[in-house]
Order: sequence, then structure tokens, then C-alpha cells
Amino acid sequence: MPRITVGVDGVTYEEEVEPRLLLVHLLRDRLGKTGTPIGCDTGNCGACTVMLDGRSAKSCCVLAVQADGSEVVTIEGLARGQEWHPMQTAFHTEHGLQCGYCTPGMIMAAIDLVRDDPDPSEEAVREGLEGNLCRCTGYATIVRAVRRGAREMARGETGARTPPETGPPPETEAQSGAGARNGAEARNGAEARTP
Amino acid sequence: MISAPFDYIRPESLDEACRVLAEADTAGDDVKVLAGGQSLLPLLRLRLAYPAALVDIGRLRELRGVRDGGDHVLIGAMTTHDEVLRSALIRKEIPLVALATATVADPAVRHRGTFGGSLAHADPAGDLPAVALALDCVFVARSSAGGREIPAADFFVDYLETALEPGEVLAGVRVPKLGPGWGFHYEKFHRTAQSWATVGVAAAVRLDGGTVEEARIALTNMGPAPVRARAVEETLRGVSPAPSASGARDPLADACDRADEGTSPPADLHGGPGYRRHLARVLTRRAVAAAV
Amino acid sequence: MSEQLDAGLIAQRIAEDDGLGRPSAGHEVGRARRRKEDARLVTGRTTWTDNVQLPGMLYVAFLRSPMAHARIIRVDVSAARTLPGVVAAYGGADFAGEQGSLPCAWPVTEDIVIPDHPPMAVTEVRYVGEAVACVVATDRFKAADALEAIEVDYEPLRAVVDMTEALAEDAPKVHEPGNRAFTWKFAQGDVDAAFRDAPVVIDRTYVQQRLIPTAMEPRAVVASTDGQTFTLYSSTQIPHVLRVMLAMTTGIPEHRLRVIAPDVGGGFGSKLQVTAEEVLALLLTRRLGRPVKWTESRSEGNLTVHHGRDQLQRISIAAERDGRIRGVKVDLLADMGAYLMLVTPGVPLLGAFMYGGIYKMDAYDFTCTGVFTTKMPTDAYRGAGRPEATFAIERAVDELACELGLDPVEVRRRNWITHEEFPYTTVCGLTYDSGNYEAATARALELFGYDRLRAEQAERRERRDPVQLGVGVSTYTEMCGLAPSRVLGSLRYGAGGWEHATVRMLPTGKVEVVTGTSPHGQGHETAWSQITADALGVPFEDVSVLHGDTAVSHKGMDTYGSRSLVVGGVAVLSACEKVKDRARELAAHVLEASADDIEFSDGSFKVRGTDEGRTIQELALAAFAAHDLPDGFEPRLDAESTFDPDNFSFPHGTHLCAVEVDTETGRCSIRSYVAVDDVGSVVNPLIVEGQVHGGIAQGVAQALFEEAVHDAEGNLLTTTMADYLIPSASDLPAFVTDRTETPATSNPLGVKGVGEAGTIASTPAVVNAIVDALRPYGVRDVRMPCTPERVWRAIAEAPARPAATGPEESESAISEGGAR
Repeated sequence: MPRITVGVDGVTYEEEVEPRLLLVHLLRDRLGKTGTPIGCDTGNCGACTVMLDGRSAKSCCVLAVQADGSEVVTIEGLARGQEWHPMQTAFHTEHGLQCGYCTPGMIMAAIDLVRDDPDPSEEAVREGLEGNLCRCTGYATIVRAVRRGAREMARGETGARTPPETGPPPETEAQSGAGARNGAEARNGAEARTP
Repeated sequence: MISAPFDYIRPESLDEACRVLAEADTAGDDVKVLAGGQSLLPLLRLRLAYPAALVDIGRLRELRGVRDGGDHVLIGAMTTHDEVLRSALIRKEIPLVALATATVADPAVRHRGTFGGSLAHADPAGDLPAVALALDCVFVARSSAGGREIPAADFFVDYLETALEPGEVLAGVRVPKLGPGWGFHYEKFHRTAQSWATVGVAAAVRLDGGTVEEARIALTNMGPAPVRARAVEETLRGVSPAPSASGARDPLADACDRADEGTSPPADLHGGPGYRRHLARVLTRRAVAAAV
Repeated sequence: MSEQLDAGLIAQRIAEDDGLGRPSAGHEVGRARRRKEDARLVTGRTTWTDNVQLPGMLYVAFLRSPMAHARIIRVDVSAARTLPGVVAAYGGADFAGEQGSLPCAWPVTEDIVIPDHPPMAVTEVRYVGEAVACVVATDRFKAADALEAIEVDYEPLRAVVDMTEALAEDAPKVHEPGNRAFTWKFAQGDVDAAFRDAPVVIDRTYVQQRLIPTAMEPRAVVASTDGQTFTLYSSTQIPHVLRVMLAMTTGIPEHRLRVIAPDVGGGFGSKLQVTAEEVLALLLTRRLGRPVKWTESRSEGNLTVHHGRDQLQRISIAAERDGRIRGVKVDLLADMGAYLMLVTPGVPLLGAFMYGGIYKMDAYDFTCTGVFTTKMPTDAYRGAGRPEATFAIERAVDELACELGLDPVEVRRRNWITHEEFPYTTVCGLTYDSGNYEAATARALELFGYDRLRAEQAERRERRDPVQLGVGVSTYTEMCGLAPSRVLGSLRYGAGGWEHATVRMLPTGKVEVVTGTSPHGQGHETAWSQITADALGVPFEDVSVLHGDTAVSHKGMDTYGSRSLVVGGVAVLSACEKVKDRARELAAHVLEASADDIEFSDGSFKVRGTDEGRTIQELALAAFAAHDLPDGFEPRLDAESTFDPDNFSFPHGTHLCAVEVDTETGRCSIRSYVAVDDVGSVVNPLIVEGQVHGGIAQGVAQALFEEAVHDAEGNLLTTTMADYLIPSASDLPAFVTDRTETPATSNPLGVKGVGEAGTIASTPAVVNAIVDALRPYGVRDVRMPCTPERVWRAIAEAPARPAATGPEESESAISEGGAR
């Protein structure tokens, strides 16, 4: 069996693997990195997206042996201690997740997207995430989250990370939803939801 | 799902890869060449293929990169789609390749999937084969017996089948520079962003004095292999692609109405042959109009 | 009426908000709280069922039938048993004595045919994907490999794919009694009179295509036993119902069976089921004495997770010349698939009362026939019966408008129940408690720019633009908040519709809320915390919500049918009120006052007119210490409540969709989408918005993209995500959403439920828009999903088509063949 060396979230692992073992199986079944889930068997859903040597890759479409010598970052490797990555915070703030199953892949794909396009338009986000499927959100809040995450990332690492345990994250524009009686207020609410 | 077991061989050089493939061929072993794996691994997981071994050429540096060859651009077979899209040389000299590559799958797949892998996989719904055909690319194959050049017109044989022999590896592709005056477009029609092309049209058009001097048009998914729309190419010569006066016959549309001649489009979940023929005509008109 | 008042209150509430989502104390409800659930989900610290690892665990793989209908002649697992790592391999006969029959809890008629449904097929297979054998091995790879060593001989039988053909005299039988499972009828008023001499009759047939729910998390099961008790982890929406049904099916006593729904990655009804794999996992762990795990692959799931919709709907409307509806007749064929699963036959009944929509009429007649075919059984999928009903009535009302030359909004206006008329008992016998269709529609029209889009439509028609514009309207209501138990009983459902909650005050003043709902993306941990924080005057952060484990939450009816807030949330509120009652009694004792003189505000119980008081936290500690309690007062503030609603709730709204149709290619692109929903009072607007968005996306997907396609032999052709098209971000538009707020009068929270509204409303809005765009071509309908090919064919084959290239074949080989 091939012997591989692979770095995952800052830890180096040496493993003997069957050639057919997928990278995502290595992560989940061998290394206990279950934060990265599997959603399909054709590379469509993107739930298993990780960073492989700095670029997004669908870990169900990579053999573990192909990752020999590579560095992998998963959703579990994004936070620094208790401080979340700005994209994690943005998904939370903008309600960019519901069941959360697509979220690890979605966040990894979003971070990759922002590397090439630090201030993506709505259209750029929608196109950039076309390899990641979500069944819960209808995507609008994900688009908002990615654009917010991009702005926070641009602001620099310092200060942008939010400790998850020490209080609520910055809660910005409250979604009004005041009902239709107050025309101006409701209009603002609607516009806030229309990127 | 989980693929059946297979052996894995990672040669250190192209020569070694060729040797491994030659030995396997002699032994009658069913080996497959693994490039980026973005098409192959799903096939294996669905147990639609049972190779005895994969020969991983994805890391061979000598197969990777984009070089200016004077009258052509040489794209190493293991150059990823992402690298293709980032290549200034490709964008400048052979923009049709970049236009089509940008429609291939999604960013994560483009990070892993390779230019040569896509072409050697020869999926009729893939976007790059039609581009290679339209541009008359030359496929450079290597085997333990030496090298061989295969014109695009001979390369795509049938559904998922190319002219590559069992012991051969696709090393690179020479994409001719067409020179000044050419315009390009890849028109892809698919039901969702993730769907394969129902029909695609790769068009390169050169105008001279407002009329078409030369057109090269190839169609995606209009048969088991990409196909040139020769009738359109011929009929377009001398036609003005500008919108015609209202009421007059549109010679551009007339020419493009011949797009489906000589095709044998498939029937699948995305459309029947009749619809595909219709789409080929409409999309060819749009592709030509967009190219000029 | 009170609606005006409440709107004012809500506006005030938002004014009090400090702009950071932090309202003054006691006003958690209505606030856009960010979710508590997110912390584990965005960091990957989740417990999906497949993440669960137990010592000595074995892995199960199922061999599935490649044929839609066949007799099983022989199953030979002997070769598989000898392979390395294989612990056991079984065929259906090996379970015949103990596997029982998968339950159907909704025998909708006296004479319904409920066939035996063995979890593993023994003598006959009736759909592609039905389990015929299994392997248990030391890892999932060995299990998968060993499947290939199992030999099965089949004697093929004729597949039954089409519902109409299934009912023919000479059709092959799916089950011995025949292919008609039941016929269920319901009639009110004199429908013959309504149709007799009616000036206008619209008679249409619509196809609700079969859908695959496709929750992002594939199903998974882990079962283990210590010899006495059994624990089942499952990716399920219904741990409580599942426990009861598994106990009945397997004979494992209920008190020795614990069911855990850990983090669950979406359900949409597909995990409202008692599955073969859950039963077999329990039997395997009982037999082998070791923990077993089964995780499905997506392609396995497309075959074997229950499907949704699949109805053939004939709807007729009798109307006056002025557009007023006299009566509606509905005749449904509903594809049950091969067996009746948990609520398979009940799904069309959930729609039976909704074909009248929001309209007044005198007569209504409904007939539904459930039909067996050799396909995966259908069952609940988001909306379950109500999207089908709403689609049919909203499509047909558009046809009525067209027939009369009226604007589709105007026809609706002439028929809908006006806001002064609530509460209103419909022709179907439901009492809609509240609503304001005028307000929602006015708001939607304003946001949409209806008149402007109509003008553009006229202009494009005028210049024969190849890209035509269509405007689609959908004014929907639905019945949700499932459900009053007595109504479920009258419909022959096997259980009640109540929900349970326990609220526990911990000694340190923190609160544990135990709920019988079982969230899988809906944010109950957050919303229930908001309700509790307001009710008890405790900080939002001090509330913890426990759910999804029958050992923790002993009683519940789980999550489906937009019921969790309307029934479960109200149960939480009710339990909080009981806690407060106990706290008040204790406060009175401690403060030496009469309980009647104790006032509660912001978490403190005070003697009226004084500053003398105790916080609820202090009282919790006092109850814990129990040193000084009133006589006979048990040392606890904890309380529980089981809430059974009196009525359904009736969210409503108006959705408007503008679609651009490329008449040359048939491609339909949504240009704008406006949804104004009235889901009553809102606990968390962020969660509500998310539910509406996601619902719209699924409804749009039914209209444009999704269909489970079978060939004539009953093979599913859409087994992977490459074939069954789930839209991505770039396939969907942004949605403009807003709300009107007419509180429900049937529950103290004023809530109506929001989980299914978007899905119910959006499908007809999209298809109405497509048909509207193509009316000048003579197009009256496009079958869903409105694929480019179907739209192009509809144009090409319509009577009034302008000169265009026609199709060369009448049918394409696969996309139109097979299914029907």
C-alpha cells in the first residue's frame, strides 16, 4: 500500500492508504476530520471542498495518494484558536446557512473565490459558487455572507476575527420586516434584502 | 459510492510513464491514465469502470505549462484549466481556448482538472474538444516507441474514444495562432450551471471588408464526437454578419441554418435530436454574431 | 381590527431596537437574532450520523434490485461471506421471520390496500433500488466489494410505470389485489348545480412531476446494543415517531429503544420516514451484537429516499362571466409507488382541502385515487399535497382570467376572501382564522412594478422580440401547523398532532428547554430561546434548547408540516407560563405576600407597588435549596406542557414572478421575483427570511429544473446530481421578500408557520409567468419542469405560432418518453 505524507490543518500525517481511498475518506475515516462531509458521488455538490495546496478542491474527487506531499486546510483549520475566520463569521452574521451540511464546502469555496476577487459582485459570487449546492437557503443569504466576508477579509486579519464564545458577533442592519403598513420602513427592509 | 480496488503507479517522468503503459499493454492489463481525475474518479466511484491500475501523470512537470511556439501555442497536457485561464499568452493568442475553458465545470474542478485530461477523455458534451477541432489543433502523443502528432480531425474517434493507442500518453496540444483579424466565441447552452452542454458552438471568424473571409465552427454534443459545421463555414464565406435590413432574408441565419448538416445528435435528458439540431442552428448564428 | 394595533406594536418594537439587533429587555421575540446553532456548523464541529464512531463498529452495504419488477428466484450470499473482512451477509429470506412490514400510519380509507412491505425483499422486488441482500464488514470498502460476490437470480415481471396504464384492466399487478390503493372522495355543496349551465368552465390537466427531495446530507444510520437496550442514531426528522414505529415493527420494547437524531443535514420531508435501512440496522446489531453503520451514497439515495409529488391533476372551474367562481372539481391520480410508506396515502389529502385556495365558492368536489406503480414510493416532500393543490388552482385561475380577458390579479380580487370576512369557513370546511390578501397583494404589486412590467411585455409583443416577457401571479394560502389531533383522527391518521415541551430552571438560574420538535436546519435552538427569554425574563444566552434524543426529550411529534413553531413553540411558551406560575407562588411565599399581589416583569417577581422582589434566578435557587417552600410545594420550578392546537394555521401571501423566455431556445430566465408573505407574528425575521428564500428556491426548481425520470422499464435515469438538476447560486435570482403581518388568532404567539410557504407559492408563479409570456403563441400550458426543450416544443406546436422552425420529430427519445 502506498505510504503518503500529508499536512492537514497544520498537522503532518503519515499514512498507508489503499489507492482507491479518497482524500475525503482519509480526512473523515482515518484522521477524524469529520468537519468535511460528503454530499454526492459525482463531484457536483461541493460539500467536501477543502483547500489543497492553497486552492479549493473537491476532496471526493482527489485520491489520498494524489495528495501525497500536499497541505490540506479544512473547515476545522480556519479558526485561530477561538477566533473565527472572517468568512465563518460572515456566514453566521448573514444567516448564510440553515442545516449547515453544505457550509464547510461553501466557506472554503468562498475563501478561494475572494482570493482572486477581493470585492466580488453578486454575479461573481453566484458564478464562483456554482460548484457548491445548497438545498436550504436559496443562496441569497450565502451571497450576502460571501460579500461581507470579503470585505472583512480585506480589512485585514487583525480585528476581523470574532471570538465565538465571548458574545454575539457584530449584528448589523436588523432585518426589519415591519409589515406593509409602514411603507417607507417596509421598503427599506425589502431593499436591504435585494442586493 | 466506493470504487473497486485498483493499483496506483506514479511515474517520475514521461519516459517512465510510457514504459509503464507499454508494459501494461503487453501484459494485457487494463490501465488508465490519471490526470486531474475530475471525470475519471466519479466514474470509478459509480463503478462504471474497473481498471486494474491508474497511472498518475498529473505531477509530471514536463507535461505542464504553456509555451509560445511561434505560429502556435503549446499547452502541456497536465496544465490545469485554472492555469489555462491565468495564462496571458493564451488569452492573447488563442482566446477561444480561454473562453471555452471558463465554462468548464466550476472553480474547484478547474483547479484539478487538466486541459489534456479533458481532451483525452473525449466526452462529446465536453467543451474543449470542439475548440480543438475548430482550431485544427495538433495533438502530440508520446509512447515508448517515440512521438506522434495527431491532427484534431483524426483525434476524436467516437464516444469517449480517441486515436490514442493503449501505450500512448497525450503530452501536449499545439494550438495554432490564427493571426490578426479573427474573432472568437464559445456559445454554450446548458440547463444549469453544473450541467454539461446540451449543445455548444466554438466559432472563429475572420472578416475582410465587412464580410466573412473565413469561419471555423465546431459543435459540442451534436454526435458521439465533436463535429465541424463545414456547410456553415462554406456558406458563410462572403456573407455580411451585420444585421440585415428588416424584411430581408438574413444571410447569416440562412448560413447557420445548415449547422446541423452531417451531425448525429444524441437523445438524452436534456433534449432530443430534433431540439439539438434546432439549437445548433440558433447557437451557431449567435456564436458567429458574437465572434465578429 | 387588531391587525392595525399589532402592526403598530411591532413598529414600536423595532423602534426600540438599538440598531444592533438588541432590543430592550423582554423583546427577544421579533428580533433578528443570529443563530446559536451556527457555532458548530461553521467550524465543522458537527455530529452528522456518519461522524458517529463506536468501538467495534461494522459497516453495512445493501445490494439493490436492478429491476423495477421481478420475482426473486435465488439469492446466494455464500461467496460474499468468505471474503476478507466480511462478518455476515444475508438475503431477504434470512430476515423473513423478524423483519415485519414497514409501517403506513395513514390508512386513508376503510378499504385501502396496504401491501406487506418487507424492509428487505424476500420473494418479489417492486422498484429499482429495493434492497435484496446485505453485507456486514469491518470497513465500508470491504462491504462494498463483497456486494459484487452476491448472486441473485430474478425472473423479470412487467414494470408498471404509468399511472393511467396501471389502472387498465389488463395491467400487470404491482400487488395481488390490483393497482388501485384507494379512492378518497370529499364533496361540499351542490357541485352539479355549480357546473350546470355555468357560463364559463375551465377544464385542465396538470402533471406534478416526480421529485427527489435531495437533502444535502445523505441518510445514515448507526445502531448498537448492549444486549438489553438499543440505540439508533439516524439522520431523521422524526426521532420520536421513529421510536414508536420501530418498536412496533421490530418488537424491541419501546422503553429499551433510544433514538437519536444528531445534527441532521436537511430533510424537506424526505427524513419523515421509517426506512428499511433503520429497521435492518437494528436487526443486524441485535443479531451480531456489534454496532453497525450504514451511510448511503447520493446515487443510492436518489433511488431509495422516498420521492415526492407525482400526481396527475384534473381540475375544473365553473365560473360566471364576471369571473366569480361557482365551484371547483378535482380528480387526482396520485402515484404511490410500489408500497405505502409512513404517510404516503395521506399526502394528497393534505392538499384535498386547499384546491379552493383563497377563493369563495359554493361547491367543491374532490376525488383522489392512489395508484401503485413499480417505482420508489412517494411520500412527504416540502409542502406535501399543498404545493400540488396550490399549483392546480393558481394555474387554473390564470386560465380563467385568460378565458375572460381579465387581468389575473383582477380575477383573484373578485374571488378572494376579503379581510373583513375573517374568520371565514371555506367550502372545504376549514376555518381560516385571519388573513389580509388585499394588503399582501398590494404590497407585492408595488414592489414588483407590475404595471411597468406589463407595459414592457406589451412592447416586446408588439415588436416580436424573440425574448418575450411573462408575468406570473400566485396568491396562495396553506394549512399548516400540523395538526389538531381530532382532525387527524377524523382523517384516519394514526397519531395526534400535539407537541410537547419541558422547561427546567437550573439552580444557577440558567434554563433548559426540552422540545419535542426535531430541527434540522430550522433554528429551533435560537427561536425557542427567544420565546423563553421573553416569557421568563431571562437572557437569551442563558437558555439551552435540547432536542433530538428520545432519552433527553422523551415526548414529541417532531418536525414537518410547518408545525414546529405553531405547535412546538406554543408548547414552549405554555410550559414557561407554568414555570412562572410556580415561581409566582414561591415568590409570594418568600415575600410574604398574596400571589395575586405579585407582579412579573423583566424576570422579577415583585410585590405590587413596591421594589420588594425576587428574580426568577433567585427563586430557582430557592426551589433547589428547598429550605423554605410553601406547604406542599414540590422543590422545582420546572414544568411541562403538551399543546394540541384547535385549528390549523393559514399563512398566505402573494408571489409575483417575471420570466424572460427566449423563444428561439426555449430557455426561461427569472428576471425578478417578489414574495410578500404573511406568516403571522414573527419570532425571528432572519430565520423567516431564510425559510422563505429556501422555499422559493425549491419551488422554482420544480418549475424549471427537477424531475425524476424513469424509462419504460422503470429504471430511474436521474440517479446522480449530474442528471437530477439541483439549481446552484448562478441558476437562481435574488428574491425580493417582504411581509405583511396578520397574527394568527388560534395560538397565543400569533404565529402561522413558514417552512413550506415559499415552496407552495412559487411553482405556479413561475409557470404562470412562462405561459403568460407565450400566450400570443397560443400556448396554454408547459409541463414541468419547463425545460428549454419543452418550452420550445410548446411554442412550435401551439396553434398560433408565428413562422418558426418546427420540431422534426414529435417526441425526443428519452426526455418525453417513459414516465407517462
